[in-house]
Amino acid sequence: MPKYRSTTEPLPVPTPISQPFWDGTRQHRLLIQRCDAGHVFFYPRSHCPRCLSNRLEWVEASGKATLYSYTVARRPTSPDFEADVPFVIAVVELDEGPRMTSRLVEVDPDAVRIGMRLEVVFDDVTEEITLPYFRPAGG
Amino acid sequence: MRGLRGEAAIVGIAEFAPVRRPDRTWMELEAYAELARLALEDAGFTHGDVDGLMTGHVAESGGLFAPGHLTEYLGIGSHVSEVVDLGGATGAGAVLRAAMAIELGLCETALCIVHTLPRPKNPKGGGPTFRMGAWGSPMGEFDYPFGAVGQNYAYAMIANRYAYEYGLTDEQRAKVAVDQRTNAAANPKAVFRDPIDIDDVLNSPVIVDPLHMLEIVMPCFGGAAIVVTSKEKAKRAKHRPAYIIGGGENTTHLSVTYDPSFTETPIKAAADRAFAMAGVKRSEIDLASLYDCYTITVLLTLEDTGFCGKGEAGKFVEEHDLTYRGDFPMNTHGGQLSFGQAGMAGGMSHITEAYLQMTGRAGERQLRRCDTVFVHGNGGLMSEQVSLILRGE
Repeated sequence: MPKYRSTTEPLPVPTPISQPFWDGTRQHRLLIQRCDAGHVFFYPRSHCPRCLSNRLEWVEASGKATLYSYTVARRPTSPDFEADVPFVIAVVELDEGPRMTSRLVEVDPDAVRIGMRLEVVFDDVTEEITLPYFRPAGG
Repeated sequence: MRGLRGEAAIVGIAEFAPVRRPDRTWMELEAYAELARLALEDAGFTHGDVDGLMTGHVAESGGLFAPGHLTEYLGIGSHVSEVVDLGGATGAGAVLRAAMAIELGLCETALCIVHTLPRPKNPKGGGPTFRMGAWGSPMGEFDYPFGAVGQNYAYAMIANRYAYEYGLTDEQRAKVAVDQRTNAAANPKAVFRDPIDIDDVLNSPVIVDPLHMLEIVMPCFGGAAIVVTSKEKAKRAKHRPAYIIGGGENTTHLSVTYDPSFTETPIKAAADRAFAMAGVKRSEIDLASLYDCYTITVLLTLEDTGFCGKGEAGKFVEEHDLTYRGDFPMNTHGGQLSFGQAGMAGGMSHITEAYLQMTGRAGERQLRRCDTVFVHGNGGLMSEQVSLILRGE
Protein backbone atom coordinates (compact mmCIF):
# COMPACT_ATOMS: atom_id res chain seq x y z
CA MET A 1 0.00 0.00 0.00
CA PRO A 2 1.24 3.49 -0.75
CA LYS A 3 2.58 5.47 2.16
CA TYR A 4 2.51 8.95 0.69
CA ARG A 5 -0.58 8.98 -1.50
CA SER A 6 -4.17 7.94 -1.15
CA THR A 7 -4.59 5.99 -4.37
CA THR A 8 -2.40 3.77 -6.48
CA GLU A 9 -3.47 5.35 -9.79
CA PRO A 10 -2.02 6.59 -12.05
CA LEU A 11 0.97 4.27 -11.96
CA PRO A 12 3.84 4.10 -14.40
CA VAL A 13 3.65 1.22 -16.88
CA PRO A 14 7.27 0.23 -17.57
CA THR A 15 8.53 -0.23 -21.11
CA PRO A 16 11.46 -2.39 -22.25
CA ILE A 17 13.54 0.82 -22.10
CA SER A 18 12.53 1.88 -18.61
CA GLN A 19 12.16 -1.52 -16.88
CA PRO A 20 15.66 -1.42 -15.31
CA PHE A 21 14.82 1.90 -13.64
CA TRP A 22 11.68 0.47 -12.04
CA ASP A 23 13.55 -2.72 -11.09
CA GLY A 24 15.97 -0.37 -9.34
CA THR A 25 13.36 1.56 -7.38
CA ARG A 26 11.82 -1.73 -6.26
CA GLN A 27 15.20 -2.45 -4.64
CA HIS A 28 15.23 1.14 -3.29
CA ARG A 29 18.00 2.16 -5.64
CA LEU A 30 17.77 5.24 -7.87
CA LEU A 31 19.27 4.38 -11.25
CA ILE A 32 20.17 6.87 -13.96
CA GLN A 33 21.98 6.38 -17.24
CA ARG A 34 25.42 7.33 -18.50
CA CYS A 35 26.65 7.19 -22.10
CA ASP A 36 30.17 6.35 -23.27
CA ALA A 37 30.92 10.07 -23.57
CA GLY A 38 30.17 10.47 -19.86
CA HIS A 39 26.83 12.27 -20.23
CA VAL A 40 24.49 11.43 -17.37
CA PHE A 41 20.73 11.73 -17.88
CA PHE A 42 17.21 10.96 -16.73
CA TYR A 43 14.49 9.77 -17.74
CA PRO A 44 15.39 6.36 -19.18
CA ARG A 45 16.09 6.44 -22.90
CA SER A 46 17.51 4.27 -25.64
CA HIS A 47 19.93 7.02 -26.73
CA CYS A 48 21.78 9.82 -24.94
CA PRO A 49 19.91 13.14 -25.37
CA ARG A 50 23.18 15.05 -25.59
CA CYS A 51 24.98 12.99 -28.25
CA LEU A 52 22.64 10.18 -29.38
CA SER A 53 25.12 7.55 -28.30
CA ASN A 54 23.47 4.18 -27.83
CA ARG A 55 26.27 2.83 -25.67
CA LEU A 56 24.69 3.37 -22.27
CA GLU A 57 25.09 1.99 -18.79
CA TRP A 58 22.99 2.25 -15.64
CA VAL A 59 24.61 3.91 -12.66
CA GLU A 60 23.26 4.34 -9.16
CA ALA A 61 22.56 7.93 -8.16
CA SER A 62 23.37 9.15 -4.65
CA GLY A 63 19.73 10.07 -4.03
CA LYS A 64 20.85 13.53 -2.95
CA ALA A 65 19.25 16.46 -4.71
CA THR A 66 18.47 20.17 -4.61
CA LEU A 67 14.99 21.60 -5.09
CA TYR A 68 14.88 23.43 -8.47
CA SER A 69 11.22 24.43 -8.22
CA TYR A 70 7.90 23.31 -6.78
CA THR A 71 4.28 24.12 -6.40
CA VAL A 72 1.70 23.27 -3.78
CA ALA A 73 -1.38 21.83 -5.43
CA ARG A 74 -4.25 23.33 -3.42
CA ARG A 75 -6.75 21.77 -5.83
CA PRO A 76 -6.27 18.30 -7.27
CA THR A 77 -4.36 18.28 -10.57
CA SER A 78 -6.52 15.33 -11.62
CA PRO A 79 -9.34 13.39 -9.92
CA ASP A 80 -6.83 10.68 -8.91
CA PHE A 81 -5.21 13.12 -6.51
CA GLU A 82 -8.37 14.54 -4.94
CA ALA A 83 -7.68 13.12 -1.48
CA ASP A 84 -4.01 14.18 -1.52
CA VAL A 85 -4.38 17.97 -1.56
CA PRO A 86 -2.50 19.95 -0.56
CA PHE A 87 0.56 18.18 -1.93
CA VAL A 88 3.92 19.37 -3.20
CA ILE A 89 4.90 18.71 -6.82
CA ALA A 90 8.61 19.20 -7.33
CA VAL A 91 11.34 19.36 -9.91
CA VAL A 92 14.54 18.23 -8.23
CA GLU A 93 18.08 18.46 -9.51
CA LEU A 94 20.04 15.33 -8.64
CA ASP A 95 23.58 15.91 -7.43
CA GLU A 96 24.68 13.99 -10.54
CA GLY A 97 23.03 16.70 -12.70
CA PRO A 98 19.77 15.46 -14.23
CA ARG A 99 16.38 16.79 -13.20
CA MET A 100 13.42 14.63 -12.15
CA THR A 101 9.75 15.25 -11.50
CA SER A 102 8.71 14.04 -8.06
CA ARG A 103 6.78 14.88 -4.93
CA LEU A 104 8.12 16.27 -1.67
CA VAL A 105 7.01 14.35 1.39
CA GLU A 106 7.55 14.61 5.15
CA VAL A 107 7.57 18.41 4.88
CA ASP A 108 5.11 21.19 5.70
CA PRO A 109 4.12 22.67 2.30
CA ASP A 110 4.61 26.16 3.70
CA ALA A 111 8.18 25.36 4.75
CA VAL A 112 9.33 24.34 1.27
CA ARG A 113 12.08 26.56 -0.18
CA ILE A 114 13.73 26.44 -3.57
CA GLY A 115 17.36 25.43 -3.15
CA MET A 116 16.68 23.20 -0.14
CA ARG A 117 18.66 19.97 0.09
CA LEU A 118 16.73 16.75 -0.42
CA GLU A 119 17.13 13.01 -0.25
CA VAL A 120 15.25 10.26 -2.02
CA VAL A 121 12.71 8.16 -0.17
CA PHE A 122 11.00 5.16 -1.71
CA ASP A 123 7.30 4.34 -1.57
CA ASP A 124 6.30 0.78 -2.40
CA VAL A 125 2.97 1.60 -4.00
CA THR A 126 2.31 -1.91 -5.36
CA GLU A 127 4.31 -5.11 -5.59
CA GLU A 128 5.61 -4.05 -8.99
CA ILE A 129 5.96 -0.31 -8.64
CA THR A 130 7.97 1.72 -6.14
CA LEU A 131 7.90 5.50 -6.65
CA PRO A 132 10.88 7.70 -5.72
CA TYR A 133 9.86 10.76 -3.68
CA PHE A 134 12.06 13.30 -1.95
CA ARG A 135 12.15 14.71 1.58
CA PRO A 136 14.35 17.30 3.28
CA ALA A 137 17.88 15.91 3.67
CA GLY A 138 18.66 14.49 7.08
CA GLY A 139 14.94 14.39 7.87
CA MET B 1 19.94 36.66 -43.15
CA ARG B 2 17.78 34.44 -45.32
CA GLY B 3 14.15 34.17 -44.42
CA LEU B 4 10.75 35.52 -45.28
CA ARG B 5 10.81 38.52 -47.62
CA GLY B 6 7.39 39.72 -46.53
CA GLU B 7 5.71 38.47 -49.69
CA ALA B 8 2.82 36.67 -48.03
CA ALA B 9 0.02 38.40 -46.19
CA ILE B 10 -2.98 37.77 -44.01
CA VAL B 11 -6.03 39.00 -45.91
CA GLY B 12 -9.00 37.52 -44.07
CA ILE B 13 -10.08 36.07 -40.76
CA ALA B 14 -13.04 34.39 -39.13
CA GLU B 15 -13.57 33.66 -35.49
CA PHE B 16 -16.33 32.05 -33.49
CA ALA B 17 -16.86 33.93 -30.25
CA PRO B 18 -15.49 31.71 -27.47
CA VAL B 19 -18.20 30.14 -25.31
CA ARG B 20 -18.03 28.25 -22.04
CA ARG B 21 -21.26 26.32 -22.49
CA PRO B 22 -21.95 25.86 -26.19
CA ASP B 23 -25.56 25.67 -27.28
CA ARG B 24 -24.75 23.42 -30.20
CA THR B 25 -22.32 20.74 -31.35
CA TRP B 26 -20.18 20.49 -34.48
CA MET B 27 -18.74 17.64 -36.43
CA GLU B 28 -15.10 18.70 -36.86
CA LEU B 29 -15.20 18.64 -40.66
CA GLU B 30 -18.33 20.79 -40.52
CA ALA B 31 -16.59 23.40 -38.35
CA TYR B 32 -13.57 23.44 -40.69
CA ALA B 33 -15.89 24.09 -43.63
CA GLU B 34 -17.84 26.86 -41.90
CA LEU B 35 -14.70 28.66 -40.70
CA ALA B 36 -13.23 28.37 -44.21
CA ARG B 37 -16.38 29.86 -45.72
CA LEU B 38 -16.42 32.81 -43.30
CA ALA B 39 -12.71 33.61 -43.63
CA LEU B 40 -12.82 33.54 -47.43
CA GLU B 41 -15.83 35.83 -47.32
CA ASP B 42 -13.87 38.25 -45.10
CA ALA B 43 -10.99 38.23 -47.58
CA GLY B 44 -13.25 38.67 -50.57
CA PHE B 45 -11.84 35.44 -51.95
CA THR B 46 -13.63 32.37 -53.23
CA HIS B 47 -13.36 28.67 -52.60
CA GLY B 48 -11.47 28.32 -55.89
CA ASP B 49 -8.62 30.51 -54.61
CA VAL B 50 -7.55 28.03 -51.94
CA ASP B 51 -4.59 25.79 -52.75
CA GLY B 52 -2.97 25.30 -49.36
CA LEU B 53 -4.20 24.02 -46.01
CA MET B 54 -2.72 24.29 -42.52
CA THR B 55 -4.96 22.87 -39.81
CA GLY B 56 -5.22 21.18 -36.48
CA HIS B 57 -6.20 17.53 -36.15
CA VAL B 58 -9.51 16.16 -37.38
CA ALA B 59 -11.37 13.91 -34.97
CA GLU B 60 -13.28 12.23 -37.77
CA SER B 61 -10.01 11.18 -39.37
CA GLY B 62 -9.11 9.13 -36.30
CA GLY B 63 -5.70 10.78 -36.21
CA LEU B 64 -4.63 9.79 -39.72
CA PHE B 65 -4.90 11.37 -43.17
CA ALA B 66 -6.31 14.68 -41.98
CA PRO B 67 -5.41 16.59 -45.19
CA GLY B 68 -7.05 13.92 -47.33
CA HIS B 69 -10.23 14.11 -45.30
CA LEU B 70 -10.21 17.90 -45.39
CA THR B 71 -9.47 18.49 -49.08
CA GLU B 72 -12.14 16.00 -50.05
CA TYR B 73 -14.72 17.45 -47.66
CA LEU B 74 -13.96 21.06 -48.60
CA GLY B 75 -13.64 20.25 -52.29
CA ILE B 76 -10.25 21.88 -52.73
CA GLY B 77 -6.98 20.84 -54.29
CA SER B 78 -4.14 21.62 -51.91
CA HIS B 79 -0.52 21.89 -53.02
CA VAL B 80 0.75 22.11 -49.44
CA SER B 81 -1.11 20.46 -46.57
CA GLU B 82 0.00 20.15 -43.03
CA VAL B 83 -1.42 19.28 -39.65
CA VAL B 84 0.25 21.73 -37.31
CA ASP B 85 0.74 20.26 -33.86
CA LEU B 86 2.26 22.99 -31.70
CA GLY B 87 -0.31 23.31 -28.91
CA GLY B 88 -1.05 26.94 -28.19
CA ALA B 89 1.47 27.95 -30.86
CA THR B 90 -0.47 26.06 -33.55
CA GLY B 91 -2.13 29.21 -34.93
CA ALA B 92 1.12 31.16 -35.25
CA GLY B 93 2.86 28.04 -36.56
CA ALA B 94 0.16 27.57 -39.19
CA VAL B 95 0.50 31.16 -40.42
CA LEU B 96 4.30 30.87 -40.48
CA ARG B 97 4.07 27.67 -42.55
CA ALA B 98 1.56 29.26 -44.90
CA ALA B 99 3.91 32.20 -45.48
CA MET B 100 6.84 29.82 -46.08
CA ALA B 101 4.90 27.78 -48.62
CA ILE B 102 3.60 30.86 -50.43
CA GLU B 103 7.01 32.53 -50.64
CA LEU B 104 8.49 29.33 -52.04
CA GLY B 105 5.77 29.30 -54.67
CA LEU B 106 4.38 25.95 -53.54
CA CYS B 107 0.91 27.43 -53.16
CA GLU B 108 -0.69 30.83 -53.46
CA THR B 109 -3.53 30.99 -50.94
CA ALA B 110 -3.53 28.93 -47.79
CA LEU B 111 -6.26 28.50 -45.23
CA CYS B 112 -5.13 28.19 -41.61
CA ILE B 113 -7.91 26.76 -39.47
CA VAL B 114 -7.88 25.64 -35.85
CA HIS B 115 -10.86 24.91 -33.63
CA THR B 116 -11.91 23.13 -30.47
CA LEU B 117 -15.64 22.50 -30.38
CA PRO B 118 -17.86 19.89 -28.78
CA ARG B 119 -18.79 17.05 -31.12
CA PRO B 120 -22.17 15.38 -31.21
CA LYS B 121 -22.35 12.14 -29.30
CA ASN B 122 -21.56 9.10 -31.41
CA PRO B 123 -24.72 6.95 -31.20
CA LYS B 124 -22.52 3.83 -31.21
CA GLY B 125 -20.45 5.15 -28.31
CA GLY B 126 -16.71 5.62 -28.18
CA GLY B 127 -14.84 8.85 -27.59
CA PRO B 128 -12.02 10.66 -29.32
CA THR B 129 -8.78 8.77 -29.58
CA PHE B 130 -6.45 11.63 -28.65
CA ARG B 131 -5.06 11.15 -25.18
CA MET B 132 -1.96 12.35 -23.43
CA GLY B 133 0.14 9.97 -21.39
CA ALA B 134 -0.19 6.88 -23.61
CA TRP B 135 2.00 3.90 -22.77
CA GLY B 136 5.62 4.76 -23.43
CA SER B 137 5.03 8.51 -23.15
CA PRO B 138 7.79 9.79 -20.87
CA MET B 139 5.33 12.30 -19.45
CA GLY B 140 2.82 9.58 -18.65
CA GLU B 141 5.48 7.46 -17.00
CA PHE B 142 7.62 10.01 -15.17
CA ASP B 143 5.33 13.00 -14.50
CA TYR B 144 1.72 11.85 -14.10
CA PRO B 145 2.29 9.33 -11.28
CA PHE B 146 3.59 12.19 -9.11
CA GLY B 147 0.51 14.35 -9.67
CA ALA B 148 2.27 16.44 -12.28
CA VAL B 149 -0.77 16.41 -14.56
CA GLY B 150 -2.17 19.17 -16.75
CA GLN B 151 -0.61 22.60 -17.24
CA ASN B 152 -1.32 24.60 -14.06
CA TYR B 153 1.38 22.95 -11.96
CA ALA B 154 4.05 23.58 -14.58
CA TYR B 155 3.46 27.32 -14.92
CA ALA B 156 3.18 27.59 -11.14
CA MET B 157 6.63 26.02 -10.83
CA ILE B 158 7.95 28.44 -13.44
CA ALA B 159 6.47 31.35 -11.46
CA ASN B 160 8.06 30.13 -8.23
CA ARG B 161 11.46 29.69 -9.83
CA TYR B 162 11.26 33.11 -11.47
CA ALA B 163 10.34 34.77 -8.16
CA TYR B 164 13.25 32.94 -6.50
CA GLU B 165 15.76 34.16 -9.08
CA TYR B 166 14.50 37.69 -9.79
CA GLY B 167 11.76 38.57 -7.32
CA LEU B 168 8.14 39.03 -8.38
CA THR B 169 5.08 40.03 -6.40
CA ASP B 170 1.55 38.65 -6.59
CA GLU B 171 0.40 42.20 -7.42
CA GLN B 172 2.73 42.42 -10.42
CA ARG B 173 1.33 39.21 -11.88
CA ALA B 174 -2.21 40.32 -11.14
CA LYS B 175 -1.72 43.58 -13.07
CA VAL B 176 -1.59 41.57 -16.31
CA ALA B 177 -5.00 40.01 -15.63
CA VAL B 178 -6.50 43.36 -14.63
CA ASP B 179 -5.36 45.29 -17.73
CA GLN B 180 -6.42 42.49 -20.03
CA ARG B 181 -9.87 42.48 -18.42
CA THR B 182 -10.14 46.20 -19.18
CA ASN B 183 -9.49 45.30 -22.81
CA ALA B 184 -12.06 42.52 -22.73
CA ALA B 185 -14.68 44.94 -21.43
CA ALA B 186 -14.36 46.69 -24.79
CA ASN B 187 -14.70 43.45 -26.77
CA PRO B 188 -18.24 42.15 -27.25
CA LYS B 189 -16.87 38.69 -28.17
CA ALA B 190 -14.98 38.24 -24.89
CA VAL B 191 -16.24 35.69 -22.36
CA PHE B 192 -15.24 37.65 -19.22
CA ARG B 193 -16.11 41.35 -19.46
CA ASP B 194 -16.76 42.54 -15.90
CA PRO B 195 -13.93 44.82 -14.74
CA ILE B 196 -11.66 43.46 -12.01
CA ASP B 197 -8.96 44.99 -9.83
CA ILE B 198 -5.81 43.61 -8.27
CA ASP B 199 -7.61 42.63 -5.07
CA ASP B 200 -10.16 40.61 -7.05
CA VAL B 201 -7.31 38.60 -8.56
CA LEU B 202 -5.54 38.09 -5.25
CA ASN B 203 -8.78 37.20 -3.46
CA SER B 204 -9.62 34.51 -5.99
CA PRO B 205 -8.64 31.05 -4.73
CA VAL B 206 -5.08 29.81 -5.09
CA ILE B 207 -5.21 26.80 -7.40
CA VAL B 208 -1.52 25.95 -7.47
CA ASP B 209 0.89 28.15 -5.50
CA PRO B 210 1.34 30.97 -6.37
CA LEU B 211 -1.29 31.17 -9.13
CA HIS B 212 -4.82 32.35 -8.37
CA MET B 213 -7.91 31.38 -10.31
CA LEU B 214 -8.04 34.71 -12.16
CA GLU B 215 -4.45 34.21 -13.37
CA ILE B 216 -5.35 30.98 -15.13
CA VAL B 217 -7.19 30.60 -18.45
CA MET B 218 -10.68 29.23 -18.41
CA PRO B 219 -11.00 26.61 -21.14
CA CYS B 220 -13.86 27.19 -23.53
CA PHE B 221 -14.93 26.35 -27.06
CA GLY B 222 -14.38 28.17 -30.31
CA GLY B 223 -12.38 28.29 -33.49
CA ALA B 224 -10.81 30.59 -36.03
CA ALA B 225 -9.56 30.69 -39.59
CA ILE B 226 -7.00 32.90 -41.30
CA VAL B 227 -6.47 33.37 -45.05
CA VAL B 228 -2.85 33.88 -46.10
CA THR B 229 -2.03 34.75 -49.70
CA SER B 230 0.66 36.03 -52.04
CA LYS B 231 1.51 39.70 -52.49
CA GLU B 232 -0.05 39.66 -55.96
CA LYS B 233 -3.36 38.26 -54.80
CA ALA B 234 -3.33 40.33 -51.60
CA LYS B 235 -3.85 43.41 -53.76
CA ARG B 236 -7.41 42.38 -54.51
CA ALA B 237 -8.35 41.53 -50.91
CA LYS B 238 -11.23 43.40 -49.26
CA HIS B 239 -9.13 44.66 -46.38
CA ARG B 240 -5.60 45.94 -45.85
CA PRO B 241 -3.12 43.05 -46.12
CA ALA B 242 -0.95 42.28 -43.10
CA TYR B 243 2.38 41.09 -44.46
CA ILE B 244 4.27 38.44 -42.53
CA ILE B 245 7.71 40.01 -42.44
CA GLY B 246 9.33 37.93 -39.73
CA GLY B 247 8.93 34.55 -38.13
CA GLY B 248 10.79 32.36 -35.69
CA GLU B 249 10.13 29.05 -34.02
CA ASN B 250 11.71 27.03 -31.23
CA THR B 251 10.72 23.79 -29.53
CA THR B 252 12.96 22.19 -26.93
CA HIS B 253 10.94 19.90 -24.67
CA LEU B 254 7.46 18.84 -23.63
CA SER B 255 7.54 18.19 -19.88
CA VAL B 256 8.45 21.35 -18.02
CA THR B 257 10.96 19.34 -15.97
CA TYR B 258 13.18 19.17 -19.04
CA ASP B 259 12.78 22.83 -20.02
CA PRO B 260 16.45 23.85 -20.21
CA SER B 261 15.75 26.88 -18.02
CA PHE B 262 12.54 27.98 -16.32
CA THR B 263 13.58 31.63 -16.42
CA GLU B 264 15.45 32.07 -19.71
CA THR B 265 12.84 30.39 -21.80
CA PRO B 266 12.79 28.91 -25.30
CA ILE B 267 10.71 31.97 -26.26
CA LYS B 268 13.87 34.04 -26.75
CA ALA B 269 15.27 32.11 -29.69
CA ALA B 270 11.96 32.28 -31.56
CA ALA B 271 11.47 36.01 -30.97
CA ASP B 272 15.07 36.98 -31.75
CA ARG B 273 14.86 35.17 -35.07
CA ALA B 274 11.61 36.90 -35.97
CA PHE B 275 12.89 40.39 -35.13
CA ALA B 276 16.19 39.84 -36.94
CA MET B 277 14.38 38.53 -40.01
CA ALA B 278 11.97 41.45 -40.10
CA GLY B 279 14.63 44.06 -39.37
CA VAL B 280 12.18 45.62 -36.93
CA LYS B 281 13.01 47.23 -33.59
CA ARG B 282 10.96 46.52 -30.47
CA SER B 283 10.09 50.21 -30.30
CA GLU B 284 8.34 49.98 -33.69
CA ILE B 285 5.71 47.55 -32.40
CA ASP B 286 2.23 49.08 -32.12
CA LEU B 287 0.58 46.04 -30.54
CA ALA B 288 2.03 43.11 -28.62
CA SER B 289 -0.18 40.05 -28.99
CA LEU B 290 1.37 37.64 -26.51
CA TYR B 291 0.18 34.17 -25.65
CA ASP B 292 -1.30 34.29 -22.18
CA CYS B 293 -2.27 30.96 -20.69
CA TYR B 294 -1.25 32.37 -17.29
CA THR B 295 -0.13 35.75 -16.02
CA ILE B 296 3.40 34.43 -15.52
CA THR B 297 3.57 33.41 -19.19
CA VAL B 298 3.04 37.02 -20.24
CA LEU B 299 5.73 38.32 -17.88
CA LEU B 300 8.31 35.86 -19.17
CA THR B 301 7.27 36.55 -22.76
CA LEU B 302 7.74 40.31 -22.29
CA GLU B 303 11.30 39.65 -21.14
CA ASP B 304 12.34 36.97 -23.55
CA THR B 305 10.92 38.75 -26.58
CA GLY B 306 13.01 41.75 -25.60
CA PHE B 307 10.36 44.31 -24.62
CA CYS B 308 12.13 44.62 -21.28
CA GLY B 309 15.28 43.26 -19.69
CA LYS B 310 15.69 40.02 -17.78
CA GLY B 311 14.19 40.34 -14.32
CA GLU B 312 12.34 43.56 -15.21
CA ALA B 313 8.93 42.28 -16.29
CA GLY B 314 7.26 42.88 -12.93
CA LYS B 315 8.35 46.50 -12.92
CA PHE B 316 7.51 46.85 -16.63
CA VAL B 317 3.85 45.88 -16.18
CA GLU B 318 3.56 48.14 -13.14
CA GLU B 319 4.94 51.11 -15.06
CA HIS B 320 2.97 50.61 -18.26
CA ASP B 321 -0.72 50.74 -19.09
CA LEU B 322 -1.25 47.56 -21.09
CA THR B 323 -4.76 48.44 -22.22
CA TYR B 324 -5.88 49.67 -25.64
CA ARG B 325 -5.80 53.19 -24.16
CA GLY B 326 -2.31 52.70 -22.77
CA ASP B 327 1.31 53.33 -23.68
CA PHE B 328 2.01 49.63 -24.33
CA PRO B 329 -1.10 48.05 -25.85
CA MET B 330 -1.04 44.32 -25.26
CA ASN B 331 -3.64 41.64 -25.92
CA THR B 332 -6.25 44.25 -26.75
CA HIS B 333 -8.91 41.56 -27.25
CA GLY B 334 -8.61 40.69 -23.59
CA GLY B 335 -6.12 37.88 -24.08
CA GLN B 336 -7.13 34.33 -23.46
CA LEU B 337 -7.43 35.15 -19.76
CA SER B 338 -10.51 37.26 -20.47
CA PHE B 339 -11.42 36.67 -24.13
CA GLY B 340 -11.42 32.92 -23.44
CA GLN B 341 -9.14 30.08 -24.46
CA ALA B 342 -10.86 28.07 -27.16
CA GLY B 343 -8.64 25.03 -26.76
CA MET B 344 -6.07 24.77 -29.54
CA ALA B 345 -7.64 27.81 -31.20
CA GLY B 346 -6.74 30.01 -28.23
CA GLY B 347 -3.52 31.06 -29.91
CA MET B 348 -5.44 32.04 -33.07
CA SER B 349 -7.09 34.89 -31.16
CA HIS B 350 -3.79 36.76 -30.85
CA ILE B 351 -3.54 36.80 -34.65
CA THR B 352 -7.18 37.55 -35.43
CA GLU B 353 -7.02 40.49 -33.01
CA ALA B 354 -3.86 41.72 -34.70
CA TYR B 355 -5.64 41.66 -38.05
CA LEU B 356 -8.76 43.40 -36.70
CA GLN B 357 -6.56 46.15 -35.26
CA MET B 358 -4.49 46.48 -38.43
CA THR B 359 -7.63 46.81 -40.54
CA GLY B 360 -9.33 49.31 -38.24
CA ARG B 361 -12.11 46.94 -37.22
CA ALA B 362 -11.49 46.64 -33.48
CA GLY B 363 -14.41 48.86 -32.48
CA GLU B 364 -14.23 50.55 -29.10
CA ARG B 365 -10.75 49.15 -28.46
CA GLN B 366 -9.33 50.27 -31.81
CA LEU B 367 -5.76 51.58 -31.54
CA ARG B 368 -5.11 54.95 -33.13
CA ARG B 369 -2.22 53.50 -35.06
CA CYS B 370 -1.62 49.81 -35.71
CA ASP B 371 0.83 49.11 -38.52
CA THR B 372 3.33 46.72 -36.96
CA VAL B 373 2.34 43.88 -34.65
CA PHE B 374 4.32 41.29 -32.75
CA VAL B 375 2.51 38.00 -32.17
CA HIS B 376 3.79 35.21 -29.96
CA GLY B 377 2.36 31.73 -29.54
CA ASN B 378 3.34 29.34 -26.76
CA GLY B 379 2.40 25.68 -26.60
CA GLY B 380 2.44 22.90 -24.06
CA LEU B 381 4.47 23.48 -20.92
CA MET B 382 6.47 26.44 -22.23
CA SER B 383 7.53 24.05 -24.98
CA GLU B 384 6.51 25.18 -28.48
CA GLN B 385 7.32 28.79 -29.34
CA VAL B 386 6.39 30.70 -32.50
CA SER B 387 6.86 34.44 -33.09
CA LEU B 388 5.44 36.44 -36.00
CA ILE B 389 5.90 40.04 -37.05
CA LEU B 390 3.11 41.51 -39.16
CA ARG B 391 3.19 44.79 -41.03
CA GLY B 392 0.46 46.65 -42.85
CA GLU B 393 1.35 48.76 -45.85
